Amino acid sequence: MTNVADAAPSSGQATPPAGRSLRGLLAQTEIDLRLFGMLLALGLILLTFNILSGGKFFQPTNMVTLAVQAAGVAVIATGMVLVIVSRNIDLSVGSLVGFIAMSYALLMTDWLPNLLGLSADFPFRWVIALGLGVGIGALFGALQGFIIAYIGVPSFIVTLGGLLSIRGAVYYLSNGAAVSGLDPAFQLIGGGAQGSVGGPITWILGIVGCIAIVGLLINGRRQRRRYGFPVRPIWAETLLAVIGSMAVLGLAAFANANLWPQGLANRIASEQNWGPTPAGGWQIPTGFPYPIVLLVGVTLVMSWIATRRRFGRYVYAYGGNPDAAELAGINTRRTILKIYVLMGVLCALAAAIASARLNGATLDVGQSYELYVIAAAVIGGTSFAGGIGTIPGAVLGAFVLQSLNYGLSFMGVNSPGQNVVAGIVLILAVGLDALNRRRSS
Amino acid sequence: MAVAQRTSLVEMRNINVAFGGVHAVRDVSIELYAGEVVGLVGGNGAGKSTLMRVLSGAQPADSGEILVDGKPTAIRNPRDAKALNIETIYQTLALADNIDAPGNLFLGRELTTRLGILDDSSMESETRKVMGRLNPNFTRFAMPVKSLSGGQRQAVAIARAVYFNARILIMDEPTAALGPAETAQVRNLVRQLKDEGIGIFLISHDIHDVFDLSERISVMYHGRIVDTVNKADVTPDAVLGMIILGKKPGEVSEKELAEIELRG
Repeated sequence: MTNVADAAPSSGQATPPAGRSLRGLLAQTEIDLRLFGMLLALGLILLTFNILSGGKFFQPTNMVTLAVQAAGVAVIATGMVLVIVSRNIDLSVGSLVGFIAMSYALLMTDWLPNLLGLSADFPFRWVIALGLGVGIGALFGALQGFIIAYIGVPSFIVTLGGLLSIRGAVYYLSNGAAVSGLDPAFQLIGGGAQGSVGGPITWILGIVGCIAIVGLLINGRRQRRRYGFPVRPIWAETLLAVIGSMAVLGLAAFANANLWPQGLANRIASEQNWGPTPAGGWQIPTGFPYPIVLLVGVTLVMSWIATRRRFGRYVYAYGGNPDAAELAGINTRRTILKIYVLMGVLCALAAAIASARLNGATLDVGQSYELYVIAAAVIGGTSFAGGIGTIPGAVLGAFVLQSLNYGLSFMGVNSPGQNVVAGIVLILAVGLDALNRRRSS
Repeated sequence: MAVAQRTSLVEMRNINVAFGGVHAVRDVSIELYAGEVVGLVGGNGAGKSTLMRVLSGAQPADSGEILVDGKPTAIRNPRDAKALNIETIYQTLALADNIDAPGNLFLGRELTTRLGILDDSSMESETRKVMGRLNPNFTRFAMPVKSLSGGQRQAVAIARAVYFNARILIMDEPTAALGPAETAQVRNLVRQLKDEGIGIFLISHDIHDVFDLSERISVMYHGRIVDTVNKADVTPDAVLGMIILGKKPGEVSEKELAEIELRG
């Protein structure tokens, strides 16, 4: 309800023109128009690259790789929304990702076996490593958050200092060396053929998603009925349920159209005695990669925190009017501190994805993440004036950026060229948004 | 008046607030009884708002004490004040513009389900009830308050103060942004709240508002209380004289009076 874009026609005076215009119909479904527009833009970008590449771009392998590459930035962007909404900034995320990625690598190759005596076959050792990484992230977040909220140093300065010094500290962790050799189970977080949930579970997740969509719609309707509030027309509810379910099942089908590489399938088949190779080779669907499942989970939890919890409400209230939040009796300092702790935890998750993909860590893991994360949040509609921004928007923003990068590199454009385009798109997106807001206000 | 024998609802004693070298409030003492309205008047920078911000916890006092129901209390922040049922309608309204009316009404005191999840439906339902009483035409419950009119925003700010069973209500220029009809509505509300036994501090630059609604009037000038008078004992002109000159009517010379006449 805090979202500005939730122009709810349920509130009497805000009812859109009764005409059967597309805008009027859309408003009746109470779809967030900004989000809808971004989805269209993303679809348009993907479609353009598909046409330019003669239909090769839309292959499942490409889409799955693109999604996995966007996952790390998207995970942190969900938190950056709250940081920017509360009129702050966090420039240290890239360095923190680098620090924690190196910590994971060292934990599993050195610290856990040599300091704690936990050898590689210790059960669930990867969980211990992940937990310690999350702890390191939370600790750094708490330290920066404390300096910002309680001592009053501007967040730009504190996290700029973090950007420099935490990146520098990575060097001292490993004496400048790259470290590799993570636990096999940990590596699955990075995705790839084996780091995916597989065909059957993908379908189960898809069906669970559909049930959740329908359940949420029914529950929301019942809730509004109970209090006698206006409800959406039934056709709009049905349309939302059908479109939502089709989108989820479509993604599941698409992920399952991505198959294990033949070589890998044959090797695993012979190792595990699956029997004779069928005609046409093994056709094993990968399904959703683990990093994408993680991203979906993070997005849901972060959206829930932002819109359904007191903490989220306070973050938005503070961003909208810091004085009002303070006078309302909100402990604003603790709220800011908590945002940075959350940010540290998200960095630890992104670091897990990044280091798992590399099967280790180098000195520059997470380099310039801060720029991509901030760009994703801003393209996703987060306003630097504070108080405005949505988490799904930021995730979409990360996908828009990564689609451009991946698509351009697919077309043979080099990385400096990709940066030129990404920068222009960032300015364009915010410029269009500013024009749009000015017109509507 | 009879109220003098009762224990005061709130008493502020020898309050001092300074900003750097500027003494905004000097050694001010003021009392409020249940069911009465005390008008607080004075020119710009007289210290009215600062004094009230001390009571609402927004501005810590440098010295002095606050008694609620005769008991000394410490009000260190807005949370402490609200815990004592001291509610404030700020001149700025103190609304979060990006959040809707129910979100603002319950800001800091959200209703949640047993699992700690925001219960937006019951907050909206409660807001509909209160607003139905204050501003029956109000229907924009899902819009950010930024898009509301001045009167509607004021109504949200007032609803927030009266919803939580205020015993002491501070109203800082509650009608400054309102049209005649809405002003009349606020005046009715003040009378109604007074009848319910709530004590009200009313800051206003509108001398007619103050004379219309308050029992007693305290005049502030350069951080000090010039005098606290019973409304029945004074005329608006005399109060105006105190506001402008910072002196009690008896202390004013003929020459100064003439000056006021000229200015008025």
